[in-house]
Amino acid sequence: MNYVALKMLFGDRAKYLMLLCGLTFAVMLIVQQGSIFWGLMIWSQSSVSNLNVPIWVTDPGIAQVDEVKPIADTAVDRVRSVSGVEWAVPLYKGLLRARLSNGEYHQITLTGLESSTLIGRPAEVLDGRFEDILQPDAVALDQWAVERMGGPNVIKVGTVFELNDKLARVVAIAKTQKSFTNIPVVYTTYERAIRYVPRERRTLSYVLAKPKDGVPVEEVTRRIHEQTGLGAFTAEEFSWKTIGWVLKNTGIGINFGTTILLGFIVGMAIAGQTFYLFTVENLRQFGALKAMGASTFALARMILLQAFTVGLTGYGVGIGLATVFGFLTARGGGLPFVETWQLLLLVLAALLAICTFSAVISIIKLAWLEPAIVFR
Amino acid sequence: MKSFGTGDTQVTVLRGIDLDIYLGEMLLLVGESGGGKTTLLSAIAGILDIDDGDIDVLGVPLSDLPAGKRTAFRGQTMGFIYQQFNLLPVLTAAENVAVPLLIQKIGRPEALRRARAMLDRVGLGDRAEFLPKNLSGGQQQRVAIARALVNKPRLLICDEPTAALDGPNGQKIMELLREVGRSPDRCVVVVTHDSRIFHFGDRMAKLTDGRIVSIEPIVREGTA
Repeated sequence: MNYVALKMLFGDRAKYLMLLCGLTFAVMLIVQQGSIFWGLMIWSQSSVSNLNVPIWVTDPGIAQVDEVKPIADTAVDRVRSVSGVEWAVPLYKGLLRARLSNGEYHQITLTGLESSTLIGRPAEVLDGRFEDILQPDAVALDQWAVERMGGPNVIKVGTVFELNDKLARVVAIAKTQKSFTNIPVVYTTYERAIRYVPRERRTLSYVLAKPKDGVPVEEVTRRIHEQTGLGAFTAEEFSWKTIGWVLKNTGIGINFGTTILLGFIVGMAIAGQTFYLFTVENLRQFGALKAMGASTFALARMILLQAFTVGLTGYGVGIGLATVFGFLTARGGGLPFVETWQLLLLVLAALLAICTFSAVISIIKLAWLEPAIVFR
Repeated sequence: MKSFGTGDTQVTVLRGIDLDIYLGEMLLLVGESGGGKTTLLSAIAGILDIDDGDIDVLGVPLSDLPAGKRTAFRGQTMGFIYQQFNLLPVLTAAENVAVPLLIQKIGRPEALRRARAMLDRVGLGDRAEFLPKNLSGGQQQRVAIARALVNKPRLLICDEPTAALDGPNGQKIMELLREVGRSPDRCVVVVTHDSRIFHFGDRMAKLTDGRIVSIEPIVREGTA
């Protein structure tokens, strides 16, 4: 009977296409919005992931990575003294204004790395040599800084600009994950960074640390917190903390959630209604099948097969379209678009719910169908 | 007895029916519209529950069987021919004929093989791969007959089988049904208004207001 069910489904081409379009639209909308949402969340914690270190030590009251709360300079040595810590280095992170030679001002994020190791440096350099930031007045930029500050004709290796009336000379352009705020990132040494910024009582933003081999990072993080009283997070914890803060303090979650929910409801409404109509229009045929000995269970299986066939086809097409959309729009970092297997699994579950709902309302109709309808 | 509706709107459509149908015969159910013919046919087929009374089909108390068993029994022992053919429009003639076999879980290749053989028997072997829309009314009804017979049913239920057909096509269809009805282990029940086909039957039961008012053998020319 599976063959008959599929022939009935594909035979009514107009309804089949309408069902397919409805489900494809729903899947595409949910995947597209979900991927953009997740892309934004990835962007929001890029300050953590770009530095790629296992442990972040902060002020205990910190809410998220971009909300810097300076800590005492002695924190570095205190962290180093905790057992299980292999190394600990200081990190400066703060906002500053850059003045270009053409007179333009741009807000930048200044990141000061420990000069002897450059721990936290970007892994990939697009132009120049990152190590050259050890030279006098040298800084490195991320590639988004080039884009934001006027393009490659204005900002390139060798370009000179001012940070708080002090000279900064670009020696490298590094590849990084775009940030949520897309503020250009300027890398330099920790010592030079605190010379660029106005004098403050506390200048240390974070202590970056690594556990010794064989010691679990969670254990070392716990020890640092207990022994220093500072906030200590694994990189993953700090990323999630930041994502949690963004979700709680912006309308992003609600906005994207609403769109995703609408996609789900519209998909369910279109699929449910069309599928129900499809069943009602074939009622005589189903009645004839019932009269010929097909059980309600057999008819229910036919309906489920039809619903899941069109559903899974719509799933494939919808994901394909959303992926093409993501590929085209996210190229070059223009749009945050991160399609994860967890999202695809979630969408599959949503789609199966839509298909089940559509099938069940049709099955209820068939369960009450008297085969005597064929004689009327 | 069978009634529809409740309270003031209740209508009793069958009452006091006492009818035996014998193997090897074709019984015609005739009468005015609304007389209860189709309701009686549905009750005999076990696709409509009666309110009171018993229906035995081939020794099985159909009215006592639970719905699932009744459906299975129907699939194994009955064939149906409808006024509107009720062919699945998206299936070819052979596929339509194969449906009762597929319901009985017979594999598709075997079901199609038997379906084509049955179409040969009703003279449509060369139309096996045609969709119903590409067949004439008479051909569609012959496909429906092939579908009704492919499962070798012992009881063939026909509801106005010639109503949608012209005279010659109706005669051909009835000849086919007559041939089936002559088989000693089968019987055919036909609801009809069409007096032109009365002579194909063996007996005729007349229903008026839900009662059988007469059951008479049909006398054909040359017989007495």
